[in-house]
Amino acid sequence: MADLIKVGMADYKVGRSPSTLISYGLGSCIGVSLYDPIRKIGGLLHIMLPDSTQARASDNPAKFADTGIPLMINDVVALGATKARLVAKIAGGAQMFAFSNASDIMKVGNRNAETCKQILRRNGIKIVAEDTGGNYGRTVSIDLATGSYKVKTIDRGEKNI
Amino acid sequence: MIDEFDLTPNQLDAMREIGNVGAGNAATALSQVLNKKIDMNVPKVSLVPIEDVPDLVGGPDALIVAVFLRVYGKAPGNILFLMPKENAFFMVDDLMGRPHGTTQELGEMEVSALKEVGNILTGSYLNSFFHFTNIAMIPSIPSMAMDMAGAILNIVLVQLGQMGDYAMVIETKFLAEDDSVQGHFFLVPDPGSLGTLVKAVGVE
Repeated sequence: MADLIKVGMADYKVGRSPSTLISYGLGSCIGVSLYDPIRKIGGLLHIMLPDSTQARASDNPAKFADTGIPLMINDVVALGATKARLVAKIAGGAQMFAFSNASDIMKVGNRNAETCKQILRRNGIKIVAEDTGGNYGRTVSIDLATGSYKVKTIDRGEKNI
Repeated sequence: MIDEFDLTPNQLDAMREIGNVGAGNAATALSQVLNKKIDMNVPKVSLVPIEDVPDLVGGPDALIVAVFLRVYGKAPGNILFLMPKENAFFMVDDLMGRPHGTTQELGEMEVSALKEVGNILTGSYLNSFFHFTNIAMIPSIPSMAMDMAGAILNIVLVQLGQMGDYAMVIETKFLAEDDSVQGHFFLVPDPGSLGTLVKAVGVE
């Protein structure tokens, strides 16, 4: 039985085959996975907010896309992955409650997804799959033996992206 | 602004007591609507690391029904009424006078009934805060979702997450005598709001 490594909210984990990294119950949060298909090394990051510069006081860089993604890139490279080979998959970024006058904070899911893509591109990492938006929660996991990224939902089944 | 983390034991007690009266009102209102006895516990006022909040309701992937209301005014915040799925379905059956087990999914009628319960609870709860602080807290219209606890709690945690790494939650549990109704009622004041409330009460 391969290990199942849990990634909490505002946290990230890196590992190698045959482990699986999993993060439960993402709403507006995003699960960003990185994977080196040759070395079979990867990581999973669960961010809550796009931008650390707009936030007050935090000593947890994994909470934000702009600080969390570079941190995880460093760690997977330190574990033996080659940066140029890394591919990213992202999922999450839902808007859980519909309000007619939805404020910015309600739409944070959308901004999370956009910022993640921007930061990944800026770091030269190719995004090969994406499952974002909607109004439902997701549980995501990456199987480091295959790089398959599984997205599980309550009413909409599950899929591998 | 008083920082939430610097509240004195007396101030925490005052918040707990106001929450207690509010929860009492809410429980009475709920038992009248459902026509059954509803118990509630003394509210917990606690400071929790943001990433641990989903564990208060059974873990981030637990399936729950949530009614969410935003609170406006001088002490803004968020209100969440959370129930395990089965209990929400039982509550709908009670509201509609049908035998338990009738509700199998949430249609427009069912959603509307649950939102109304959220409204009633919130109204009676916030009344207590107004009574003691003279600060009007005005709830938005309710919104409802059925999904994973982690995903639902994102909405409040994201707001708090911009300000810090901890969440102050005032939490009450409701339980009916036959166990059919149970739910968690959360008031999550925005950063700074708790300070405003404490100051209005005048407790050192």
